[in-house]
Amino acid sequence: MEVRKGLLYSKEHEWVQEISDSVVRVGITEYAQDQLGDIVYIELPEIDAEVAKGESFTVVESVKAASDVYAPVSGTVVAVNEKLEDNPELINESPYDEGWIVEIKCDELDLSDLMTAEEYARYIEEV
Amino acid sequence: MLLLDLSVPGRRGYALPKLDVEAIPVADLIPESFLRESDLELPELTEPEVVRYFTQLSRKNHGVDVGFYPLGSCTMKYNPRVNEDIAALPGFSRIHPRQPESTVQGALQLMYELDCFLAEAAGLAKTSLQPAAGAHGELTGLLIIKAYHKFKGEAEQRREIIIPDSAHGTNPASAQMAGFIAREIPSDPRGGVDVEALKAAVGPQTAGLMLTNPNTLGLFDENIEKIAEIIHDAGGLLYYDGANANAILGIVRPGDSGFDIVHFNLHKTFSTPHGGGGPGSGPIVVSKELVDFLPDPIVEHTDGKYHLARPKHSIGPVKAFYGNFAVMVKAYAYIRHLGAAGLKAVSENAVLNANYVMNQLKNDYHLPYDRLCMHEFVLSGKWQKEQGVSTLDIAKRLLDYGVHAPTIYFPLIVEEAIMVEPTETESKATLDAFVAAMKSIAEEAKTDPDKLKAAPTKTPVKRLDETKAARNPVLKYKRP
Repeated sequence: MEVRKGLLYSKEHEWVQEISDSVVRVGITEYAQDQLGDIVYIELPEIDAEVAKGESFTVVESVKAASDVYAPVSGTVVAVNEKLEDNPELINESPYDEGWIVEIKCDELDLSDLMTAEEYARYIEEV
Repeated sequence: MLLLDLSVPGRRGYALPKLDVEAIPVADLIPESFLRESDLELPELTEPEVVRYFTQLSRKNHGVDVGFYPLGSCTMKYNPRVNEDIAALPGFSRIHPRQPESTVQGALQLMYELDCFLAEAAGLAKTSLQPAAGAHGELTGLLIIKAYHKFKGEAEQRREIIIPDSAHGTNPASAQMAGFIAREIPSDPRGGVDVEALKAAVGPQTAGLMLTNPNTLGLFDENIEKIAEIIHDAGGLLYYDGANANAILGIVRPGDSGFDIVHFNLHKTFSTPHGGGGPGSGPIVVSKELVDFLPDPIVEHTDGKYHLARPKHSIGPVKAFYGNFAVMVKAYAYIRHLGAAGLKAVSENAVLNANYVMNQLKNDYHLPYDRLCMHEFVLSGKWQKEQGVSTLDIAKRLLDYGVHAPTIYFPLIVEEAIMVEPTETESKATLDAFVAAMKSIAEEAKTDPDKLKAAPTKTPVKRLDETKAARNPVLKYKRP
């Protein structure tokens, strides 16, 4: 199961990629998509929506369940992956690339409590 | 195939006698603006064709009248036929909700007594029979919680409903619908509410807690009194989700353990038909302090007469008239038929059956919470998953054994969950046949996993592409 090097990870199985000093790209991990099974729908947030760290900002629905996706940082949504509207399966097929979900702009980027790829790989071993 | 597809122009099931009066064109009787512009498409068939059509459809279905139906948290018990006989009595079936009270005293008496029986089972004061289903009861209960806090001037501040992560999905949905914020708290390693997490979650923002006890793992939360104290000390109310009440009748009264509002599903616990056989009924019972907030109307008994009344601070009606009356009659018949001792035996046997099946299966399937269960238990298909077989495959294979699949992938806190609720109405022979089927599927997972992946093979409809159905739903029937 791929845990991509260079990304940061939350305990709720989101990955975070620093795009610039203040913008991060967010998606769910390979492990998360595997646990969810075939994803059939994602409710994408609006551009300019405020998101708060630790709170749900979107919902993914799979054949098994509907699950919240939690914001790993606080900030404003500046981009959403609109391709997911018609092709939610991109999250299953390419969770780290084509299946990214949103980009969030943060006033103060605080990534200190996220896990490294090595830490996350150990974390999912234990779950 | 719809009836319309079988239609042949000119076929009749019944021929009306010749008119013996002068025919008047419809257009002379109805204003033009209300007349159809095109012909109404109705199927034209003979009576036997219609009977065969519906009988064949029913034979493709699986229900409690066909076979075992261990659907966790749904309590698919047998629906005694005597209930139907009673509900069909003309005094119950041919009355109208607008009749004067004096002419429906018997119906009102039945509602009043059912109210009292449910209040007794809940250990609380008064019932509203209006909600039409469990989730409707949840919404009604939450609106009462809201009205209570509003009455105390705290509605603005008390916005949060605390819900454990093992809860039915309806709980957070109902909280949201009632205008609250659902706040999830984790379970502890024994499967109960994590009391420390609960302590940390409560505060002046707490409106209440929704709890199912036994919970969806089929486990009774022994800390319930402590939990009630924490919520009450924070100024919140406790809501009891009665989906799993089949485990506690005559043994535990939720009111005694601190709950303020309880809903019962008459279509689960009290044997009225369920699912497509409905409609449902989800009465709520409240404590003395909350009676004034109940929906309008409630049934009262004064001076030897039964009458309908609006509670002082009522949240208003939640359904037309009085709720699903015929369902109430069936539940009433069930309760009167069994009596208090019989209802207690229902729960004892439901718990005994679940523990029997759980212990028979725990060496073949992973049992994440290995302790005495109540009326249901949750297995995990994770051993089979390691053999490349998913819980979905196991559930589909069960259909080939003539068994309705258990609830799967729920509760969410158990990986590859398989939630089994046998109910008290099954014989040991049926339970043994289910155990044998589950054991043989566990064996097939090791030796012939492809057989499971291809299942079901004996049902009228084979494996469906659920992903495709969910991604590209076809919501309108297309004529072939």
